[in-house]
Amino acid sequence: MSPTDATGAGPEGPGDVLEPEDRARRGTPLLTVRGLHKTFGDNHVLRGIDLEVRRGSVTALIGPSGSGKTTVLRSLNGLAMPDAGTITAAPSRRQVRRGVPDAESPAGEPLTLDFSRKITKQQRFALRDRSAMVFQQHNLFPHRTVLQNVIEGPVQVQRVPRAEATWRATELLERVGLAEKRDAYPHELSGGQQQRVGIVRALALRPELLLFDEPTSALDPELVGEVLAVMKELADEGWTMVVVTHELQFARAVADEVLFLDGGVVVERGNPERMFREPRRERTRQFLHRLLHPME
Amino acid sequence: MDWELARNAFWPILSGGLTGTIPLTLVSFAIGLVIALFVALLRLSPNVILAWIGTAYVSVIRGTPLLVQLFIVFYGLPNLGVVIDPWPSAIVAFSLNVGGYAAEIVRAAILSVPRGQWEAGYTVGMGTARTLRRIVLPQAARVSVPPLSNTFISLVKDTSLASTILVTEEFRKAQEIAAGNPDQILLLYLEAALIYWIFCTALAAGQSALEKRLDRYVAH
Ligand SMILES: Nc1ncnc2c1ncn2[C@@H]1O[C@H](COP(=O)(O)OP(=O)(O)O)[C@@H](O)[C@H]1O
Ligand SMILES: [Mg+2]
Repeated sequence: MSPTDATGAGPEGPGDVLEPEDRARRGTPLLTVRGLHKTFGDNHVLRGIDLEVRRGSVTALIGPSGSGKTTVLRSLNGLAMPDAGTITAAPSRRQVRRGVPDAESPAGEPLTLDFSRKITKQQRFALRDRSAMVFQQHNLFPHRTVLQNVIEGPVQVQRVPRAEATWRATELLERVGLAEKRDAYPHELSGGQQQRVGIVRALALRPELLLFDEPTSALDPELVGEVLAVMKELADEGWTMVVVTHELQFARAVADEVLFLDGGVVVERGNPERMFREPRRERTRQFLHRLLHPME
Repeated sequence: MDWELARNAFWPILSGGLTGTIPLTLVSFAIGLVIALFVALLRLSPNVILAWIGTAYVSVIRGTPLLVQLFIVFYGLPNLGVVIDPWPSAIVAFSLNVGGYAAEIVRAAILSVPRGQWEAGYTVGMGTARTLRRIVLPQAARVSVPPLSNTFISLVKDTSLASTILVTEEFRKAQEIAAGNPDQILLLYLEAALIYWIFCTALAAGQSALEKRLDRYVAH
Protein backbone atom coordinates (compact mmCIF):
# COMPACT_ATOMS: atom_id res chain seq x y z
CA MET A 1 0.00 0.00 0.00
CA SER A 2 1.33 3.47 -0.83
CA PRO A 3 0.38 6.98 0.31
CA THR A 4 -1.53 7.54 -2.92
CA ASP A 5 -4.20 5.15 -1.67
CA ALA A 6 -5.36 7.78 0.79
CA THR A 7 -9.00 8.64 0.46
CA GLY A 8 -8.75 11.55 2.87
CA ALA A 9 -12.01 11.60 4.79
CA GLY A 10 -12.81 14.41 7.21
CA PRO A 11 -10.71 17.39 8.19
CA GLU A 12 -6.93 17.05 8.19
CA GLY A 13 -5.45 16.99 11.68
CA PRO A 14 -2.02 18.37 12.55
CA GLY A 15 0.18 16.30 10.29
CA ASP A 16 2.95 15.34 12.66
CA VAL A 17 0.87 13.54 15.27
CA LEU A 18 -0.22 10.50 13.33
CA GLU A 19 2.12 7.96 11.85
CA PRO A 20 2.49 8.48 8.08
CA GLU A 21 1.20 4.98 7.26
CA ASP A 22 -1.99 5.72 9.21
CA ARG A 23 -2.46 9.17 7.76
CA ALA A 24 -1.99 7.87 4.24
CA ARG A 25 -4.73 5.29 4.72
CA ARG A 26 -7.23 7.71 6.23
CA GLY A 27 -10.81 6.73 5.50
CA THR A 28 -10.02 3.13 4.58
CA PRO A 29 -11.42 0.33 6.74
CA LEU A 30 -9.23 -0.54 9.71
CA LEU A 31 -11.50 -3.16 11.26
CA THR A 32 -14.47 -4.89 9.72
CA VAL A 33 -16.66 -6.83 12.13
CA ARG A 34 -19.28 -9.24 10.83
CA GLY A 35 -21.92 -11.26 12.66
CA LEU A 36 -20.35 -11.28 16.10
CA HIS A 37 -22.02 -13.63 18.57
CA LYS A 38 -21.08 -14.22 22.18
CA THR A 39 -22.69 -16.17 24.99
CA PHE A 40 -21.73 -16.32 28.65
CA GLY A 41 -23.27 -19.58 29.86
CA ASP A 42 -26.83 -19.32 28.57
CA ASN A 43 -26.70 -15.53 28.41
CA HIS A 44 -26.65 -14.64 24.70
CA VAL A 45 -24.88 -11.30 25.01
CA LEU A 46 -24.03 -10.46 21.39
CA ARG A 47 -26.47 -11.47 18.69
CA GLY A 48 -24.89 -10.60 15.38
CA ILE A 49 -22.95 -7.36 15.60
CA ASP A 50 -21.73 -5.73 12.38
CA LEU A 51 -19.38 -2.81 12.53
CA GLU A 52 -16.86 -1.07 10.35
CA VAL A 53 -14.15 1.13 11.80
CA ARG A 54 -12.55 3.46 9.27
CA ARG A 55 -9.19 5.06 9.86
CA GLY A 56 -9.53 8.51 11.33
CA SER A 57 -13.14 7.98 12.37
CA VAL A 58 -14.73 8.08 15.80
CA THR A 59 -17.37 5.47 16.52
CA ALA A 60 -19.52 5.84 19.65
CA LEU A 61 -21.30 2.87 21.22
CA ILE A 62 -24.27 3.80 23.33
CA GLY A 63 -26.97 1.71 24.94
CA PRO A 64 -28.38 0.59 28.27
CA SER A 65 -26.31 -1.23 30.83
CA GLY A 66 -25.88 -4.88 29.92
CA SER A 67 -26.58 -4.32 26.24
CA GLY A 68 -23.16 -5.69 25.27
CA LYS A 69 -21.16 -2.52 24.60
CA THR A 70 -18.16 -3.56 26.66
CA THR A 71 -18.17 -7.04 25.15
CA VAL A 72 -18.12 -5.58 21.63
CA LEU A 73 -15.24 -3.30 22.54
CA ARG A 74 -13.28 -6.10 24.18
CA SER A 75 -13.81 -8.28 21.14
CA LEU A 76 -12.00 -5.69 19.06
CA ASN A 77 -8.73 -6.33 20.93
CA GLY A 78 -9.14 -9.99 21.77
CA LEU A 79 -9.87 -9.52 25.47
CA ALA A 80 -13.24 -11.14 24.81
CA MET A 81 -13.45 -14.13 22.51
CA PRO A 82 -16.69 -14.22 20.53
CA ASP A 83 -18.21 -17.60 19.65
CA ALA A 84 -18.97 -16.75 16.04
CA GLY A 85 -18.43 -14.01 13.50
CA THR A 86 -15.34 -12.50 11.97
CA ILE A 87 -13.07 -9.55 12.54
CA THR A 88 -10.94 -8.48 9.62
CA ALA A 89 -8.09 -6.06 10.24
CA ALA A 90 -6.26 -4.18 7.51
CA PRO A 91 -2.51 -4.82 7.31
CA SER A 92 -0.84 -3.31 10.30
CA ARG A 93 1.36 -0.25 10.15
CA ARG A 94 4.33 -2.44 10.96
CA GLN A 95 3.59 -4.65 7.97
CA VAL A 96 3.17 -1.71 5.65
CA ARG A 97 6.31 -0.03 6.93
CA ARG A 98 8.52 -3.06 6.65
CA GLY A 99 6.85 -4.30 3.52
CA VAL A 100 7.45 -7.82 4.82
CA PRO A 101 5.00 -10.47 5.81
CA ASP A 102 4.08 -10.90 9.45
CA ALA A 103 3.87 -14.44 10.69
CA GLU A 104 0.13 -14.13 11.10
CA SER A 105 -0.69 -12.74 7.69
CA PRO A 106 1.45 -12.49 4.58
CA ALA A 107 2.23 -9.00 3.33
CA GLY A 108 -0.67 -7.02 2.05
CA GLU A 109 -3.27 -9.51 3.19
CA PRO A 110 -5.62 -8.43 5.94
CA LEU A 111 -5.71 -10.35 9.18
CA THR A 112 -8.92 -12.32 9.57
CA LEU A 113 -10.12 -13.89 12.78
CA ASP A 114 -12.96 -16.31 12.23
CA PHE A 115 -14.35 -16.99 15.68
CA SER A 116 -16.21 -20.10 14.66
CA ARG A 117 -12.73 -21.66 14.39
CA LYS A 118 -9.93 -21.85 16.87
CA ILE A 119 -8.15 -18.54 17.26
CA THR A 120 -4.42 -18.89 17.71
CA LYS A 121 -2.43 -16.91 20.21
CA GLN A 122 -0.57 -15.26 17.32
CA GLN A 123 -3.85 -14.07 15.79
CA ARG A 124 -5.05 -12.67 19.09
CA PHE A 125 -1.76 -10.86 19.66
CA ALA A 126 -1.74 -9.54 16.09
CA LEU A 127 -5.22 -8.09 16.57
CA ARG A 128 -4.39 -6.66 19.99
CA ASP A 129 -1.17 -5.19 18.65
CA ARG A 130 -3.16 -2.71 16.58
CA SER A 131 -5.04 -1.14 19.46
CA ALA A 132 -4.72 0.29 22.93
CA MET A 133 -7.45 0.53 25.54
CA VAL A 134 -8.58 3.03 28.14
CA PHE A 135 -10.64 1.42 30.88
CA GLN A 136 -13.54 2.65 32.96
CA GLN A 137 -11.53 2.01 36.14
CA HIS A 138 -8.24 3.36 34.84
CA ASN A 139 -6.39 0.09 35.69
CA LEU A 140 -3.12 1.92 36.08
CA PHE A 141 -0.37 -0.18 37.65
CA PRO A 142 -0.46 0.97 41.28
CA HIS A 143 3.10 -0.13 42.03
CA ARG A 144 4.59 1.96 39.25
CA THR A 145 4.96 5.67 38.86
CA VAL A 146 3.12 7.58 36.17
CA LEU A 147 6.18 7.49 33.94
CA GLN A 148 6.75 3.79 34.54
CA ASN A 149 3.11 3.10 33.70
CA VAL A 150 3.47 4.91 30.42
CA ILE A 151 6.75 3.35 29.27
CA GLU A 152 5.98 -0.20 30.39
CA GLY A 153 4.55 -1.31 27.05
CA PRO A 154 6.97 0.57 24.79
CA VAL A 155 10.06 -0.60 26.70
CA GLN A 156 9.06 -4.12 27.71
CA VAL A 157 7.07 -5.17 24.67
CA GLN A 158 7.99 -2.93 21.78
CA ARG A 159 11.68 -2.76 22.72
CA VAL A 160 11.85 1.00 22.41
CA PRO A 161 15.06 2.23 24.07
CA ARG A 162 14.27 3.48 27.56
CA ALA A 163 15.62 6.97 26.93
CA GLU A 164 13.47 7.40 23.84
CA ALA A 165 10.39 5.99 25.55
CA THR A 166 10.93 8.32 28.51
CA TRP A 167 11.33 11.31 26.29
CA ARG A 168 8.19 10.46 24.32
CA ALA A 169 6.22 9.74 27.47
CA THR A 170 7.22 13.07 28.96
CA GLU A 171 6.09 14.83 25.82
CA LEU A 172 2.72 13.07 25.91
CA LEU A 173 2.31 13.83 29.61
CA GLU A 174 3.04 17.48 28.85
CA ARG A 175 0.29 17.46 26.27
CA VAL A 176 -2.29 16.44 28.87
CA GLY A 177 -0.82 18.77 31.49
CA LEU A 178 0.68 16.10 33.72
CA ALA A 179 4.41 16.42 33.10
CA GLU A 180 5.10 17.37 36.71
CA LYS A 181 3.30 14.23 37.90
CA ARG A 182 5.57 11.81 36.10
CA ASP A 183 7.17 10.51 39.29
CA ALA A 184 3.94 10.34 41.28
CA TYR A 185 2.16 7.07 42.00
CA PRO A 186 -1.35 6.64 40.60
CA HIS A 187 -3.01 6.87 44.01
CA GLU A 188 -1.59 10.37 44.42
CA LEU A 189 -3.61 11.64 41.44
CA SER A 190 -7.21 12.74 41.10
CA GLY A 191 -9.60 10.55 39.13
CA GLY A 192 -9.39 12.85 36.13
CA GLN A 193 -5.60 12.84 36.22
CA GLN A 194 -5.53 9.05 36.53
CA GLN A 195 -7.72 8.74 33.48
CA ARG A 196 -5.55 11.14 31.51
CA VAL A 197 -2.52 9.02 32.42
CA GLY A 198 -4.53 6.02 31.21
CA ILE A 199 -4.97 7.79 27.89
CA VAL A 200 -1.28 8.64 27.69
CA ARG A 201 -0.36 5.04 28.48
CA ALA A 202 -2.53 4.00 25.54
CA LEU A 203 -1.09 6.67 23.22
CA ALA A 204 2.48 5.71 24.10
CA LEU A 205 1.92 2.36 22.42
CA ARG A 206 1.41 4.24 19.12
CA PRO A 207 -1.72 2.21 18.42
CA GLU A 208 -3.64 2.36 15.20
CA LEU A 209 -6.89 2.23 17.12
CA LEU A 210 -7.88 3.66 20.51
CA LEU A 211 -10.59 1.88 22.50
CA PHE A 212 -12.38 3.66 25.34
CA ASP A 213 -14.78 1.92 27.71
CA GLU A 214 -16.85 4.57 29.47
CA PRO A 215 -13.73 6.51 30.38
CA THR A 216 -15.64 9.11 32.38
CA SER A 217 -18.30 6.98 34.08
CA ALA A 218 -16.31 6.44 37.26
CA LEU A 219 -15.37 10.11 37.63
CA ASP A 220 -16.81 12.82 39.80
CA PRO A 221 -18.86 15.11 37.55
CA GLU A 222 -16.48 18.04 37.83
CA LEU A 223 -13.62 15.87 36.51
CA VAL A 224 -15.42 14.59 33.42
CA GLY A 225 -14.67 17.66 31.32
CA GLU A 226 -10.88 17.45 31.47
CA VAL A 227 -10.94 13.88 30.18
CA LEU A 228 -13.44 14.54 27.42
CA ALA A 229 -11.38 17.55 26.34
CA VAL A 230 -8.33 15.34 25.81
CA MET A 231 -10.41 12.82 23.89
CA LYS A 232 -11.86 15.51 21.69
CA GLU A 233 -8.39 16.75 20.91
CA LEU A 234 -7.34 13.25 19.88
CA ALA A 235 -10.38 12.93 17.64
CA ASP A 236 -9.55 16.26 16.04
CA GLU A 237 -6.02 15.05 15.39
CA GLY A 238 -7.39 12.20 13.39
CA TRP A 239 -6.97 9.26 15.77
CA THR A 240 -9.19 6.29 15.09
CA MET A 241 -11.37 5.77 18.13
CA VAL A 242 -14.15 3.50 19.32
CA VAL A 243 -15.77 4.92 22.43
CA VAL A 244 -18.37 3.41 24.73
CA THR A 245 -20.00 6.41 26.37
CA HIS A 246 -23.07 7.87 27.96
CA GLU A 247 -21.95 11.42 27.19
CA LEU A 248 -24.35 12.34 24.39
CA GLN A 249 -22.97 15.83 24.01
CA PHE A 250 -19.51 14.39 23.51
CA ALA A 251 -20.78 11.83 21.03
CA ARG A 252 -22.59 14.51 19.07
CA ALA A 253 -19.54 16.75 18.95
CA VAL A 254 -16.97 14.09 18.14
CA ALA A 255 -18.43 10.89 16.74
CA ASP A 256 -18.76 10.23 13.04
CA GLU A 257 -21.09 7.33 13.68
CA VAL A 258 -23.14 6.26 16.67
CA LEU A 259 -24.31 2.71 17.26
CA PHE A 260 -27.19 2.18 19.64
CA LEU A 261 -27.00 -1.31 21.15
CA ASP A 262 -29.76 -3.04 23.01
CA GLY A 263 -30.03 -6.72 23.87
CA GLY A 264 -26.88 -7.59 21.95
CA VAL A 265 -27.96 -6.14 18.61
CA VAL A 266 -27.32 -2.82 16.92
CA VAL A 267 -30.80 -1.34 17.00
CA GLU A 268 -29.89 1.82 15.14
CA ARG A 269 -26.79 3.42 13.71
CA GLY A 270 -25.97 6.66 12.01
CA ASN A 271 -24.84 10.22 12.30
CA PRO A 272 -25.18 11.40 15.94
CA GLU A 273 -26.78 14.71 15.04
CA ARG A 274 -29.52 12.97 13.10
CA MET A 275 -30.01 10.10 15.55
CA PHE A 276 -30.28 12.29 18.63
CA ARG A 277 -32.66 14.69 16.87
CA GLU A 278 -34.91 12.14 15.22
CA PRO A 279 -34.26 8.55 16.26
CA ARG A 280 -35.83 6.09 13.83
CA ARG A 281 -36.48 3.34 16.34
CA GLU A 282 -38.78 3.54 19.29
CA ARG A 283 -36.22 1.86 21.55
CA THR A 284 -33.60 4.44 20.60
CA ARG A 285 -36.03 7.25 21.28
CA GLN A 286 -36.87 5.83 24.72
CA PHE A 287 -33.22 5.33 25.64
CA LEU A 288 -32.23 8.84 24.60
CA HIS A 289 -35.22 10.26 26.40
CA ARG A 290 -34.30 8.44 29.62
CA LEU A 291 -30.73 9.65 29.37
CA LEU A 292 -31.77 13.26 28.85
CA HIS A 293 -34.64 13.25 31.35
CA PRO A 294 -33.65 10.82 34.08
CA MET A 295 -36.27 12.10 36.53
CA GLU A 296 -39.34 11.40 34.43
CA MET B 1 20.61 -20.45 89.49
CA ASP B 2 24.15 -20.70 88.18
CA TRP B 3 24.59 -17.28 86.54
CA GLU B 4 28.20 -18.02 85.80
CA LEU B 5 27.10 -21.00 83.67
CA ALA B 6 24.42 -18.90 82.05
CA ARG B 7 26.97 -16.28 81.06
CA ASN B 8 29.41 -18.87 79.73
CA ALA B 9 26.66 -20.67 77.81
CA PHE B 10 25.26 -17.50 76.20
CA TRP B 11 27.78 -17.22 73.41
CA PRO B 12 27.74 -20.93 72.40
CA ILE B 13 23.94 -20.96 72.29
CA LEU B 14 23.79 -17.67 70.40
CA SER B 15 26.42 -18.84 67.93
CA GLY B 16 24.35 -21.99 67.40
CA GLY B 17 21.59 -19.60 66.40
CA LEU B 18 23.81 -17.52 64.15
CA THR B 19 25.50 -20.43 62.40
CA GLY B 20 22.66 -22.95 62.56
CA THR B 21 19.18 -21.57 63.03
CA ILE B 22 19.52 -18.48 60.88
CA PRO B 23 21.19 -19.96 57.79
CA LEU B 24 18.88 -22.98 57.98
CA THR B 25 15.88 -20.66 58.09
CA LEU B 26 17.08 -18.39 55.30
CA VAL B 27 17.99 -21.15 52.89
CA SER B 28 14.86 -23.19 53.56
CA PHE B 29 12.62 -20.17 53.27
CA ALA B 30 14.16 -19.05 49.98
CA ILE B 31 13.82 -22.50 48.43
CA GLY B 32 10.37 -22.84 50.00
CA LEU B 33 9.19 -19.64 48.32
CA VAL B 34 10.24 -20.92 44.92
CA ILE B 35 8.36 -24.16 45.58
CA ALA B 36 5.38 -22.12 46.79
CA LEU B 37 5.21 -20.02 43.66
CA PHE B 38 5.45 -23.11 41.51
CA VAL B 39 2.74 -24.94 43.48
CA ALA B 40 0.50 -21.86 43.52
CA LEU B 41 0.75 -21.63 39.73
CA LEU B 42 -0.08 -25.33 39.49
CA ARG B 43 -3.17 -24.75 41.61
CA LEU B 44 -4.21 -21.80 39.45
CA SER B 45 -3.65 -23.70 36.23
CA PRO B 46 -6.69 -24.33 34.03
CA ASN B 47 -5.29 -27.83 33.48
CA VAL B 48 -7.17 -30.02 35.98
CA ILE B 49 -4.36 -32.54 36.36
CA LEU B 50 -1.79 -29.87 37.17
CA ALA B 51 -4.24 -28.19 39.53
CA TRP B 52 -4.86 -31.51 41.24
CA ILE B 53 -1.15 -32.13 41.73
CA GLY B 54 -0.84 -28.74 43.40
CA THR B 55 -3.82 -29.38 45.63
CA ALA B 56 -2.56 -32.81 46.63
CA TYR B 57 0.86 -31.43 47.52
CA VAL B 58 -0.57 -28.74 49.77
CA SER B 59 -2.89 -31.25 51.38
CA VAL B 60 -0.11 -33.70 52.23
CA ILE B 61 2.25 -31.05 53.59
CA ARG B 62 -0.39 -29.39 55.72
CA GLY B 63 -1.96 -32.64 56.83
CA THR B 64 1.18 -34.20 58.30
CA PRO B 65 3.44 -33.16 61.20
CA LEU B 66 6.66 -31.38 60.35
CA LEU B 67 8.55 -33.67 62.72
CA VAL B 68 7.31 -36.70 60.79
CA GLN B 69 8.33 -35.08 57.48
CA LEU B 70 11.77 -34.46 58.90
CA PHE B 71 12.12 -38.06 60.11
CA ILE B 72 10.94 -39.45 56.79
CA VAL B 73 13.64 -37.54 54.94
CA PHE B 74 16.48 -38.27 57.37
CA TYR B 75 15.69 -41.65 58.92
CA GLY B 76 13.24 -43.01 56.34
CA LEU B 77 14.83 -42.45 52.97
CA PRO B 78 17.98 -44.47 53.80
CA ASN B 79 15.74 -47.54 53.53
CA LEU B 80 15.48 -46.71 49.84
CA GLY B 81 19.22 -46.27 49.69
CA VAL B 82 18.87 -42.49 49.77
CA VAL B 83 21.14 -41.28 52.53
CA ILE B 84 21.22 -37.52 53.07
CA ASP B 85 23.32 -35.67 55.63
CA PRO B 86 21.59 -33.89 58.52
CA TRP B 87 21.91 -30.38 57.10
CA PRO B 88 20.63 -31.09 53.59
CA SER B 89 17.90 -33.30 55.07
CA ALA B 90 16.72 -30.44 57.24
CA ILE B 91 16.78 -28.04 54.30
CA VAL B 92 14.82 -30.46 52.13
CA ALA B 93 12.16 -31.05 54.77
CA PHE B 94 11.78 -27.42 55.80
CA SER B 95 11.72 -26.17 52.19
CA LEU B 96 9.03 -28.63 51.19
CA ASN B 97 7.06 -27.68 54.29
CA VAL B 98 7.30 -23.95 53.71
CA GLY B 99 6.39 -24.56 50.07
CA GLY B 100 3.11 -26.16 51.08
CA TYR B 101 2.07 -23.43 53.48
CA ALA B 102 3.31 -20.48 51.45
CA ALA B 103 1.69 -21.83 48.27
CA GLU B 104 -1.71 -21.04 49.71
CA ILE B 105 -0.60 -17.55 50.66
CA VAL B 106 0.85 -16.89 47.23
CA ARG B 107 -2.22 -18.27 45.50
CA ALA B 108 -4.57 -16.09 47.53
CA ALA B 109 -2.34 -13.07 46.90
CA ILE B 110 -2.33 -13.63 43.14
CA LEU B 111 -6.11 -13.98 43.18
CA SER B 112 -6.43 -10.76 45.16
CA VAL B 113 -4.97 -8.71 42.29
CA PRO B 114 -7.89 -7.27 40.33
CA ARG B 115 -8.63 -8.77 36.90
CA GLY B 116 -8.27 -5.31 35.42
CA GLN B 117 -4.55 -5.45 36.14
CA TRP B 118 -4.18 -8.56 34.01
CA GLU B 119 -6.21 -6.92 31.27
CA ALA B 120 -4.18 -3.73 31.43
CA GLY B 121 -1.05 -5.86 31.05
CA TYR B 122 -2.51 -7.65 28.05
CA THR B 123 -3.58 -4.40 26.39
CA VAL B 124 -0.09 -2.94 26.61
CA GLY B 125 0.97 -6.00 24.67
CA MET B 126 2.28 -8.32 27.36
CA GLY B 127 1.58 -12.05 27.46
CA THR B 128 0.47 -14.02 30.50
CA ALA B 129 3.96 -14.78 31.83
CA ARG B 130 5.20 -11.23 31.53
CA THR B 131 2.01 -9.79 33.01
CA LEU B 132 2.35 -12.19 35.92
CA ARG B 133 5.96 -11.27 36.51
CA ARG B 134 5.87 -7.52 36.04
CA ILE B 135 2.34 -6.56 37.01
CA VAL B 136 0.64 -9.18 39.15
CA LEU B 137 3.42 -10.68 41.29
CA PRO B 138 4.74 -7.34 42.56
CA GLN B 139 1.25 -6.48 43.75
CA ALA B 140 0.68 -9.97 45.12
CA ALA B 141 4.00 -9.71 46.96
CA ARG B 142 2.77 -6.72 48.87
CA VAL B 143 -0.40 -8.53 49.92
CA SER B 144 1.52 -11.63 50.96
CA VAL B 145 4.19 -9.97 53.08
CA PRO B 146 2.28 -10.13 56.40
CA PRO B 147 1.27 -13.81 56.13
CA LEU B 148 4.64 -14.82 54.68
CA SER B 149 6.39 -13.04 57.53
CA ASN B 150 4.39 -15.16 59.93
CA THR B 151 5.46 -18.27 58.06
CA PHE B 152 9.06 -17.08 58.25
CA ILE B 153 8.91 -16.44 61.99
CA SER B 154 7.31 -19.84 62.55
CA LEU B 155 10.13 -21.39 60.57
CA VAL B 156 12.75 -19.79 62.82
CA LYS B 157 11.18 -21.63 65.73
CA ASP B 158 10.44 -24.82 63.79
CA THR B 159 14.10 -25.23 62.86
CA SER B 160 14.67 -26.29 66.49
CA LEU B 161 13.20 -29.61 65.37
CA ALA B 162 16.35 -30.13 63.32
CA SER B 163 18.09 -30.85 66.62
CA THR B 164 16.37 -34.25 66.45
CA ILE B 165 18.25 -35.15 63.28
CA LEU B 166 21.65 -34.10 64.59
CA VAL B 167 21.83 -30.63 63.08
CA THR B 168 23.87 -28.38 65.34
CA GLU B 169 21.65 -25.36 65.61
CA GLU B 170 20.77 -23.19 68.55
CA PHE B 171 18.61 -25.59 70.53
CA ARG B 172 20.95 -28.52 70.05
CA LYS B 173 23.76 -26.36 71.45
CA ALA B 174 21.65 -25.70 74.51
CA GLN B 175 20.88 -29.41 74.85
CA GLU B 176 24.56 -30.31 74.68
CA ILE B 177 25.43 -27.88 77.46
CA ALA B 178 22.43 -29.02 79.48
CA ALA B 179 23.58 -32.63 79.21
CA GLY B 180 26.63 -31.76 81.35
CA ASN B 181 24.63 -29.67 83.82
CA PRO B 182 21.45 -31.61 84.63
CA ASP B 183 20.55 -29.30 87.56
CA GLN B 184 20.65 -26.21 85.33
CA ILE B 185 18.43 -27.44 82.48
CA LEU B 186 15.69 -24.97 83.27
CA LEU B 187 18.10 -22.04 83.18
CA LEU B 188 19.74 -23.12 79.95
CA TYR B 189 16.48 -23.77 78.13
CA LEU B 190 15.07 -20.45 79.32
CA GLU B 191 18.20 -18.86 77.94
CA ALA B 192 17.69 -20.59 74.58
CA ALA B 193 14.05 -19.45 74.61
CA LEU B 194 15.15 -15.89 75.28
CA ILE B 195 17.48 -15.93 72.29
CA TYR B 196 14.70 -17.29 70.02
CA TRP B 197 12.46 -14.55 71.35
CA ILE B 198 15.02 -11.88 70.51
CA PHE B 199 15.36 -13.25 66.96
CA CYS B 200 11.61 -13.34 66.43
CA THR B 201 11.01 -9.91 67.92
CA ALA B 202 13.66 -8.41 65.69
CA LEU B 203 12.08 -10.12 62.69
CA ALA B 204 8.64 -8.82 63.60
CA ALA B 205 10.07 -5.30 63.67
CA GLY B 206 11.64 -5.91 60.28
CA GLN B 207 8.29 -7.12 59.03
CA SER B 208 6.59 -3.85 59.99
CA ALA B 209 9.30 -1.84 58.30
CA LEU B 210 9.00 -3.90 55.13
CA GLU B 211 5.22 -3.53 55.09
CA LYS B 212 5.55 0.22 55.43
CA ARG B 213 7.99 0.35 52.56
CA LEU B 214 5.77 -1.74 50.31
CA ASP B 215 2.76 0.37 51.23
CA ARG B 216 4.18 3.51 49.73
CA TYR B 217 2.15 3.26 46.55
CA VAL B 218 -1.13 2.46 48.24
CA ALA B 219 -3.62 5.08 49.32
CA HIS B 220 -4.41 5.19 53.03
N1 LIG C 1 -17.03 -12.22 31.89
C1 LIG C 1 -18.38 -12.33 31.91
N2 LIG C 1 -18.95 -13.45 32.42
C2 LIG C 1 -20.29 -13.59 32.44
N3 LIG C 1 -21.16 -12.67 31.97
C3 LIG C 1 -20.65 -11.54 31.45
C4 LIG C 1 -19.23 -11.31 31.41
N4 LIG C 1 -19.02 -10.10 30.84
C5 LIG C 1 -20.24 -9.60 30.56
N5 LIG C 1 -21.23 -10.45 30.92
C6 LIG C 1 -22.67 -10.24 30.72
O1 LIG C 1 -22.86 -9.86 29.39
C7 LIG C 1 -23.86 -8.87 29.32
C8 LIG C 1 -23.33 -7.69 28.57
O2 LIG C 1 -22.29 -7.13 29.31
P1 LIG C 1 -21.48 -5.88 28.83
O3 LIG C 1 -20.90 -6.15 27.49
O4 LIG C 1 -20.55 -5.54 29.92
O5 LIG C 1 -22.60 -4.76 28.67
P2 LIG C 1 -22.49 -3.19 28.78
O6 LIG C 1 -21.06 -2.80 28.64
O7 LIG C 1 -23.34 -2.69 27.65
O8 LIG C 1 -23.07 -2.79 30.10
C9 LIG C 1 -24.32 -8.59 30.73
O9 LIG C 1 -25.48 -9.31 30.96
C10 LIG C 1 -23.18 -9.11 31.55
O10 LIG C 1 -23.67 -9.57 32.80
MG1 LIG D 1 -19.86 -1.73 29.99
